[in-house]
Amino acid sequence: MIDTISWITVYPEITLMVMACAILLIDLGVKSPLRGLTYVLTMLTLAVVAVAEAHLAVAGQTYYGFGNMVVSDAMGNWLKCFAAIAVMVSLVYARPYAAHRDMLRGGELFTLNMLALLGMFVMISSNNLLLTYMGLELLTLSSYALVALRRDNVAATEAAMKYFVLGAMASGFLLYGMSMLYGATGTLDITQLFKSISSGQVRPDVLVFGLVFIVAGLAFKLGVVPFHMWIPDVYQGAPTAVTLMIGGAPKLAAFAICIRLLVEGLRPLASDWQQMLMVLSVGSLLIGNLAAIAQTNLKRMLAFSTISQMGFVLLGLMSGVVQGDAVTFAANAYSSAMFYVVTYVLTTLATFGVILLLSREGFESEEISDFAGLNQRSPLYAAVMATCAFSLAGIPPMVGFYAKLSVLQALVVSGETIYLGMAVFAVLMSLIGAFYYLRLVKVMYFDEPITATTVNAPADVRVVLSINGALVLILGLAPGGLMALCAASVRQMLGM
Amino acid sequence: MGLLSLSIWVPIAFGVVLLAFGRDEQATAVRWVALIGALCSFLLTLPLYSQFDNTTAAMQFVENLPWIERFNVNYHLGLDGISFWFVPLTAFITVIVVIAGWEVITERVNQYMGAFLILSGLMIGVFSALDGMLFYVFFEATLIPMYLIIGIWGGPNKIYAAFKFFLYTLLGSLLMLVALIYLYTQSGGSFDLAKWHALPLGETAQTLLFFAFFAAFAVKVPMWPVHTWLPDVHVEAPTGGSAVLAAIMLKLGAYGFLRFSMPIAPDAAHTWGSLMVGLSLVAVVYVGLVAMVQQDMKKLVAYSSVAHMGFVTLGFFIFNDLGVSGGLVQMIAHGFVSGAMFLSIGVLYDRVHSREISSYGGVVNTMPKFAAFGLFFAMANCGLPGTAGFVGEWMVILGAVKFNFWVGFASASALIFGAAYTLWMFKRVYLGPVVNDDVKALTDINAREFLMLALLAIAVLAMGLYPKPFTDVMDVSVAELLKHVAISKLN
Repeated sequence: MIDTISWITVYPEITLMVMACAILLIDLGVKSPLRGLTYVLTMLTLAVVAVAEAHLAVAGQTYYGFGNMVVSDAMGNWLKCFAAIAVMVSLVYARPYAAHRDMLRGGELFTLNMLALLGMFVMISSNNLLLTYMGLELLTLSSYALVALRRDNVAATEAAMKYFVLGAMASGFLLYGMSMLYGATGTLDITQLFKSISSGQVRPDVLVFGLVFIVAGLAFKLGVVPFHMWIPDVYQGAPTAVTLMIGGAPKLAAFAICIRLLVEGLRPLASDWQQMLMVLSVGSLLIGNLAAIAQTNLKRMLAFSTISQMGFVLLGLMSGVVQGDAVTFAANAYSSAMFYVVTYVLTTLATFGVILLLSREGFESEEISDFAGLNQRSPLYAAVMATCAFSLAGIPPMVGFYAKLSVLQALVVSGETIYLGMAVFAVLMSLIGAFYYLRLVKVMYFDEPITATTVNAPADVRVVLSINGALVLILGLAPGGLMALCAASVRQMLGM
Repeated sequence: MGLLSLSIWVPIAFGVVLLAFGRDEQATAVRWVALIGALCSFLLTLPLYSQFDNTTAAMQFVENLPWIERFNVNYHLGLDGISFWFVPLTAFITVIVVIAGWEVITERVNQYMGAFLILSGLMIGVFSALDGMLFYVFFEATLIPMYLIIGIWGGPNKIYAAFKFFLYTLLGSLLMLVALIYLYTQSGGSFDLAKWHALPLGETAQTLLFFAFFAAFAVKVPMWPVHTWLPDVHVEAPTGGSAVLAAIMLKLGAYGFLRFSMPIAPDAAHTWGSLMVGLSLVAVVYVGLVAMVQQDMKKLVAYSSVAHMGFVTLGFFIFNDLGVSGGLVQMIAHGFVSGAMFLSIGVLYDRVHSREISSYGGVVNTMPKFAAFGLFFAMANCGLPGTAGFVGEWMVILGAVKFNFWVGFASASALIFGAAYTLWMFKRVYLGPVVNDDVKALTDINAREFLMLALLAIAVLAMGLYPKPFTDVMDVSVAELLKHVAISKLN
């Protein structure tokens, strides 16, 4: 017997799944090269799902359904809402590009994206280790297929291979860690896990052993040093439309499982995993930023910059528990990390959107030099890209600055000397980061264009991209609302 | 919306509208819109003066609205006697820069004018922010338009200069950011400057804060030995960029010392005051000597800026009212004079496309009107009585003599270097026989250039002859600041 509460918690997921299957079938009858009908249906479905999630989030109730298997809380619902919107935006940007590259012979781009989104949803709202794993696999399997969508392209197939092998290994790590936790505590339920560990009845050595594998698996999925090697290759090798997809929304889901596993489940072990996160973030900030300087390929540069940005997220995640006090600083720290991820995804969508836009048929615009003089060819798109670059570099008044600010604030407020040191380190690393973001602006604004052709884009792409770029600035001028939203939902998640 | 908000947002709004303009076919319309925008924003700052009450040290024109509630950041604006004059000054220089770029800029005119108007609004925001985070946002945001101005319309080595400018100043500001967050946590979650001024802080905390702020402001001023970015940037920046940089942007740093370093960390400011005085003296004396051997006119004026800004920081860190007011007056005067010097160099550069002193000689023969202005501004730069340059330097030297005779002596002797390099440059560029065909072919300044230089000359002369309106506004606030700084925060 499935009760009403259970249905309430999962009805957007069910809608999404049913529609994904239905659209797969409907698509068989679609003949247009741009898959107009499939596109419209997908968009409608995603919009409905996003609205439903926002509706649930605004209601602000926490429901546990299916015997504690899934949880629906404000944080999860907002993340799901943002993820759905992010997938919508990526599809808008991706469609013309995909059509030119023979990636729209069938509607797989759309259905795989919907299934990947479903995987994210499951990850975000799972309250059970096994379900988390299933969601993760659904997301990553769809992503592997997406990366290999241009099956006659050598770079893409190679990227898919790398992605698959490394991703499978990461999943293995995670599964192994989960089995350790199960062995130690006898439960897969995350809430039970927390209770069982807090009781102090569990042997810590098995737990910590499991924890190491969990953190390694998560680090793979987030793509932080030293588990980052797949990121640049996959970002560069995948068709840009797919890079956009795997670089955007899945970060929200990866953040969610970090919160669910580490914070909701394993917070009593915080002193152990915080040390690991600190090492990971130092490495990510250092290697991500230094390696990004040397890149000439824009997608690869953005990949390394992602690594360093994720290092910042880890800084937020690790500053929640201070000297065994898991209450005072927690909401502030985790909500700063959440704000960081959300704004990062917003900015990334726009940067890859511009890259997609500039890629013409048979020509991949992904070398940094391809952007030379973009300001003369199209001031609007140059402005969008520059706004995003400044945002990623953390220059006010772009939203990225407030993301960095809130994470730094979470570090400093803890009062720990080592965290203060981390804040100064992170600040110095952002200075290095500013260099390569500035170089991108330099290329677009100061260099002479190689071609004089103006950039044309379909109306939907133009509108969405403008809104996306404007939001990076507008949210920077008025970041209060989104910050309050993150803070409120994290507080609710922590039961405060 | 209050008057102060309008002063900030009207130029920014005009700037954004200009960015939306199309290509250079609409250049004429763009120029007029830019001029109207700049004039509007300047006119908006005039009622500020008539309504300013200079008998109180309290903040005036205060606007305080919640902005980012989660961090308790407020949109908190206000002016006192210390910040007041920089608002009209910024708007005035922006008008001049629009006029200066009128015919000279022919490519991407809308972006050029838009960048300057946005920059103008942002800088007014810096001077009027009373919330630490708001200050930081405006302070940092100014980097973006300036970076683009240098990089797009600059000289042959512009990219190097643009990067150097951005990264140098960003490094300083990032350390300041950590200091701001630290103060935020120490004050129990507030970015309010007034609260920070009253915050008790230990000796170590004050020292660390002082040097974090020093990193931001000393680079911006720039003080010796972190001044090396300035000559590089000035040489490459377009004329308007140099003028705004020297006239206003450098003042952001000096202003920061008064608003942040001294009142928040008064004990550290006293402890390290002698270091600051020492560095300022090095700037005044040594950099003055460096200026003397420059071959490039812009570089010479750039080094002279460093030396003049040395007077400003010298005045601040001798902790008496003559010194502080003198520093403030010197900041305003330097705004007019250095702006005028850079614009004059721009006039010559537009005609001959060289900034080497050796390419000129005998300009007075072909450009008599221009040479008259040149002489006037050169005199102001040396600090001739009756010009703006004199008042500030004289006040600082008087204050310095009160503080310590030998400090006063050293700074006064530096005036000789100022006179030497300025007059020597004037002699080599303007006087003597016509040296080459380039100079022979020069045409005298047109009405537009005359207007722009005349406006500046009037300002320099007015301030030199009758500085009372300037000092009257400052007096009470400066006294209040010094009273505050004199009280130790320890124990």
